[in-house]
Amino acid sequence: MTAFDVEAVRKDFPVLSREVHGHPLVYLDSASSSQKPRQVLEAERIFVEEHYANVHRGVHTLSQEATDGYEAARSTVAAFLGARHEEIVFTKNATEAFNLVAYALGNPGSPVRLGPGDEIAVTEMEHHSNLVPWQMLAERTGATLRWLGLTDDGRLDLSDLDEVVNERTKLFAFTHVSNLLGTENPVDVLVARAKQVGALTFVDGVQSVPHQAVNVPSLGVDFFAFTGHKMLAPSGVGVLWGRDLNALPPFMGGGSMIEVVQMSGSTYAAAPERFEAGTPVISQAVGLAAACDYLTALGMDAIKDHETALTAQLLDGIRALDGVSVLGPDTTELRGSAVSFVVDGVHPHDVGQSLDDLGIAVRVGHHCAAPVCRRFGVPATARASSYLYNNAADIDALLEGIVKVQAFWGVR
Amino acid sequence: MSTADTDTMYQEIILDHYRYPHHKGLRDPYDVEVHHTNPTCGDEVTLRVQVLAGLVKDVSYDGQGCSISQASTSVMTDLLIGKPLAQALSTHEAFLALMQSRGTLEPDENVLEDGIAFAGVSKYPARVKCALLGWMAWKDATAQAVAQTKEAS
Repeated sequence: MTAFDVEAVRKDFPVLSREVHGHPLVYLDSASSSQKPRQVLEAERIFVEEHYANVHRGVHTLSQEATDGYEAARSTVAAFLGARHEEIVFTKNATEAFNLVAYALGNPGSPVRLGPGDEIAVTEMEHHSNLVPWQMLAERTGATLRWLGLTDDGRLDLSDLDEVVNERTKLFAFTHVSNLLGTENPVDVLVARAKQVGALTFVDGVQSVPHQAVNVPSLGVDFFAFTGHKMLAPSGVGVLWGRDLNALPPFMGGGSMIEVVQMSGSTYAAAPERFEAGTPVISQAVGLAAACDYLTALGMDAIKDHETALTAQLLDGIRALDGVSVLGPDTTELRGSAVSFVVDGVHPHDVGQSLDDLGIAVRVGHHCAAPVCRRFGVPATARASSYLYNNAADIDALLEGIVKVQAFWGVR
Repeated sequence: MSTADTDTMYQEIILDHYRYPHHKGLRDPYDVEVHHTNPTCGDEVTLRVQVLAGLVKDVSYDGQGCSISQASTSVMTDLLIGKPLAQALSTHEAFLALMQSRGTLEPDENVLEDGIAFAGVSKYPARVKCALLGWMAWKDATAQAVAQTKEAS
């Protein structure tokens, strides 16, 4: 196997050669959305220019070619996850996947019936997309929402796992890797407890699937979701994986999701079509498949190793700075590449603005995980998140940039 | 860190108000207290107004946020406290217009005083909300205070 060649990878991403405010772009915001390689854009362009029509609707040649391309994309995504074709539902993003299940579970024919006395469990480190839909489900059904707290070093506090996930728990939703803290959670431990009490499990794989090999069926969970735009694919396409999607009633009604429609009522198609009402995201799904192919060719393990090296460089570099601290695990052990940090005396917004003046793109704010900020007593953080196309020079630029920020704001 | 862009946004006036905010701290008496947040970034301000005989008698506040939101609120209190309500509202309009101008408006120093330093911020749409946080809180609180007065009379 050839070594991971980051400089060759960078050539596939035209945006990385541009300048921002007179400085070479240093893009460290991939946990928010990744850049796209030429190969993905090209795959989508060829599909649209040569094979595009609506899918599952016609007998003409383009309609068949488009349907073949769309379903081949589903197979590619399935293979990327070690899953089966019919377990993959295309959504517009991960948020839709969470909401799809949250609503379907409240519809007639649901495998669980939620009501007062029942519980839904989450964790305090969830992205709002894997928190608010469950709050809303609890509101609709009278169920109670409970959550696992966090330790000071940004791990899940498992000391009351048996209390939070108990015989009343109908569903346990948690993230694989935290978008704010970078923490990778022990899926096996959490799933084992859920199984003991017969609760369904839903794992948020938005921050894991782009960065590491994930064999989804072997996790033992019931539902799993992620989004395309954080893994080199276009925005507008996400994925819901379900172990037994045919046990779930539909969420949205419309075209494509039906079997027999009469004025008095309808029956529904089998999964995955049951959950893809209306014309789906077509060319974006083809782009997602091309992204899976691109990542597979490089090797997810090689990508993970490359990112881990960058994360170690960043954590070591921040540790050597005065007045800068990391929220979340301080080592690369069970950790993703998103690193949130706080510069003493400088608000994260000002940190982000000042870094932008140096051409360095980081995210600032609460990262759609406001409870985590509250837990650690900060209004917001700056977050640097690297991906396969970042190199050691990017991390050096950020570390030097932080020192310049401190000087500008007079805190060092 | 002395690129033209930085110099445009982070004027010395702004940095001064950020480091040494004017009129900060919640005070009594007051008519209405409001709490406004910027949901995209977590900045927040609690603001109190007292309107007496058509005058902005007092504006006091507490909050946390970036330099832009904190300095803008500080500048606002300088501009509005003690002013007739009608004048304060037109100053509010002038600041709002400046912030929505995307850098195309030449601010009037006679009206906005230190507020002219925020002209550069208007070129950064992501930061305009920061600059308007305290101003929007004041408008909200003042509208409520005026409504209360009308109900009472």
